Amino acid sequence: MKTVEDLKRLREKLQTDNQIRHAAGTQIIVGMGTCGIAAGAREVLSAILDEIAKAKIQDVNVTQTGCIGMCEQEVLVDIVKAGGPRISYGKVTPDFIPKLISEHVVNDRIVEERVIGKITK
Amino acid sequence: MKHIRSHVLVCGGTGCASSGSKKVMESLKQELELKGLESEVKIVETGCHGFCEMGPIMIIYPEGTFYCRVQPEDVPEIVDVHIYKGRIVNRLLYKEPISHEMIPNFEHMQFYKKQMRRILTNCGHINPEIIEEYIAVGGYAGLGKALTEMKPEEIVAEMKKSGLRGRGGAGFPTGLKWEFARNAPGAQKYVVCNADEGDPGAFMDRSVLEGDPHRVLEGMAICGYAMGASEGYIYCRAEYPLAIKRLHIAIKQAMDMGLLGDDIFGSGFNFHIKVKEGAGAFVCGEETALLASIEGKRGTPRPRPPFPAVSGLWGKPTNINNVETFANVPLIIVDGADAYASVGTAKSKGTKVFALTGKINNTGLAEVPMGITMREIIYEIGGGIPDGKKFKAVQIGGPSGGCLPENMLDLQIDYESLTAAGAMMGSGGLVVMDETTCMVDVARFFLNFTQKESCGKCTPCREGTMRMLEILTRITEGQGREGDIELLESLAKNIKAASLCGLGQTAPNPVLSTLRYFRHEYEAHIRDKKCPAGACTKLSGYQITELCKGCGLCKKACPVEAITGEIKGQHVINQDKCIKCGACMAKCPFKAIIKG
Repeated sequence: MKTVEDLKRLREKLQTDNQIRHAAGTQIIVGMGTCGIAAGAREVLSAILDEIAKAKIQDVNVTQTGCIGMCEQEVLVDIVKAGGPRISYGKVTPDFIPKLISEHVVNDRIVEERVIGKITK
Repeated sequence: MKHIRSHVLVCGGTGCASSGSKKVMESLKQELELKGLESEVKIVETGCHGFCEMGPIMIIYPEGTFYCRVQPEDVPEIVDVHIYKGRIVNRLLYKEPISHEMIPNFEHMQFYKKQMRRILTNCGHINPEIIEEYIAVGGYAGLGKALTEMKPEEIVAEMKKSGLRGRGGAGFPTGLKWEFARNAPGAQKYVVCNADEGDPGAFMDRSVLEGDPHRVLEGMAICGYAMGASEGYIYCRAEYPLAIKRLHIAIKQAMDMGLLGDDIFGSGFNFHIKVKEGAGAFVCGEETALLASIEGKRGTPRPRPPFPAVSGLWGKPTNINNVETFANVPLIIVDGADAYASVGTAKSKGTKVFALTGKINNTGLAEVPMGITMREIIYEIGGGIPDGKKFKAVQIGGPSGGCLPENMLDLQIDYESLTAAGAMMGSGGLVVMDETTCMVDVARFFLNFTQKESCGKCTPCREGTMRMLEILTRITEGQGREGDIELLESLAKNIKAASLCGLGQTAPNPVLSTLRYFRHEYEAHIRDKKCPAGACTKLSGYQITELCKGCGLCKKACPVEAITGEIKGQHVINQDKCIKCGACMAKCPFKAIIKG
C-alpha cells in the first residue's frame, strides 16, 4: 500500500465481494418449494450462479422462496431490478439461463415470451 | 466457479466460542460439503456482537436472518431448510422478552433498534482476522486522510472540537490531552492504549479488540501522527487471550500492507505497535501503575504531577487513552468533528458503549448516544427485568461507581449528570438489580474487590478499604453496631481525599452511593438485624407457609435434618438447625416455602 489511492482502489474492489451483507440492486428469486425442487429448481439455481460468475455480474443477490401455488409452472424464477417491477418467468430450465441473465439482468430486456406474471410496486 | 450467493457469519468471540461456536462452524463446513453447497456459500468467522447471552450467534446473508443459541446439532436443519430451501428456521430466532414476538432480522430487535452502533458497527459483521474486510468497510481511510491531507496541529484541533472525552472512566477531554503530549518537549514520545478493562462485568473493550482490532490500531496511529510519537504500546490484560491473538494478527497484517511501520502512505511518518500483556492486577488499569508495569516494574501508582503527557513511559511524553477512546478517533477524522459533536449532550459528545448485566432480559453491549435516559436503556434496549420482578437500582461504573434508584431512571446520562447523582460513568458497566438484591451486600461485594486489588502502597487505601470491608461484612452478618454508618461515612471521606490513585479515591463510592439512596437498608440490618431484600443469608430465614401439603420432599432435601413433619401434615423448619442453604425451597413443588 504505497498511496491513499491504492487504499481507495482496494476498498472499491473489496466492497463488491462483501456487498451481499448490504442491500443489493438486482434480486433473483428462485422458487424452492417442494414442487420447485421436484421440477429441478436446484439445477436452475446452480446454472444461475455459474452464469453470474462467468459474466462477472456485480450487485446481484440470489435467494429462494417457497411455493406460490402455481406448481404447474415451476421452475419459477423472479427477477427484480432495482426500483423495478417483479417479473416472474415460468417453466425455466438450466439451458434458458444464459439467455435470461444476459437479456434481462445485463441488458434490461424482459424476455416477454417466457414471462407468466408481473408484480408492480 | 460459482457466484457466492450467501454469507454465513458465525460469531467467534469469547462468549460464543465458549458456548461452542467453533464446533458449529465445523459442522457447518461439513454439512455444506455434504449437500454440495460449499462453492456457493461463504463461511465468515466474526468477532463479538456484544449479545453473548444469545450465543452462539449466526447471521445468514443476503436475508440478514439472525439465529441465536445455535448448536452443532442445529446445523443440518439450518443448511437444509434455510440455505438449501430459503426458509427460516423459526425455533432458532430471537424472541422479544416481554411480547415473545419472533424477530428474524436484528435491525428490528428492540435491543438493537434504539442503539447507535458506531464504535461497534463492525463487531459481528466482519472477519477481524482478515484486514481486507476492515478495508472494505472504509478502514484506514481516516489514517490516509490524516497523513496526506491534515497537519498534526489540525488533527489536535479537530479532536478538541469534537468534544470526545476519555472513555476509560475519568472523562478527560481527549483533544486537550493530545495537545499536552504534542507540546511537551522531547523527541521520543509514546502512545499507549489502556486495554486492561478491569471492571468486573465490563466487556466493551474486549468486544472491540476481538471484533474490530484494526479500528484501535488506526486510532493509535492517528494519535501518534498528531503528537509526534513513533511507537505505540497496547497494554492488554492477559485474561483476554483471544483479543491478544487478534491484535497480533491485525498488527502483522497492517505491517505487511504498509498501513503500519515505516513511511506510511509515503508521508514519512513511522509508527510501530507492540502488545504488552497485563498480569491480573486491577490497579494496572490506573495509568501510572500501567506505565510502571510496561517498564517491568511492580504495578503501583505514583503521585502526579508530572502527568504522563509530560513524563510518562520511561520518562518520555506519553499519551494514554482507553480502547474505546481510540476506537472513536477514525470516525472523527473521516466524518469531521462537527458531525461527531452533533450527537450527545452539551458537554458529553458522541456515543458510549455500556455493558448491560445483572437482572435484565437482554444482557449484552448497548452503544447509545450520550443524553439517553437510563429508563430507555433498561426497559427498551434491555427488555426490562426478568421474571416480572421489580427494578431496584442500577450500578454504574463498577467498583468505582455508584447506584441509581428508581426515581432517577429519567436522568439523562452524561458525565456531569452521573457525577452529580453520586454515580460515575466509569468504563460503562451497568449492573441492574431487582427487589431481591441487598444494597448493603452490593457495597460489600465491591469493597471486597477493591480491597483485594489494592496495591498497598498508600495507607488510606490499604488500611481504609480493609476497615470499610470489615464493617460492611459485620453488618451483613447481623453484627452491625450503632455508629457504624457514621464511621463508614467518615472513613469514606478520608480515603477519598488521601488515596494516591483512583482505585482508593473511588473505592468508597459504592458505599456512599448506597447510603445516599438506601440508608434504610443499612439501618434495618444494624437495628433490626433484618435484611429487607432477603439476601443476606445470616439475617434471613426460611419459613414453610400454610400452602404446605405435607409431601415431605423438603424434609428429604434438608442436609442437616432441620425439618420436622408428618406425611400430609404441616412441616416446620427448626431455625436453630437451619443453615439457610435454600435446598428445601428449591425442592418444594407447591411454592410453600418462603424466604424472609
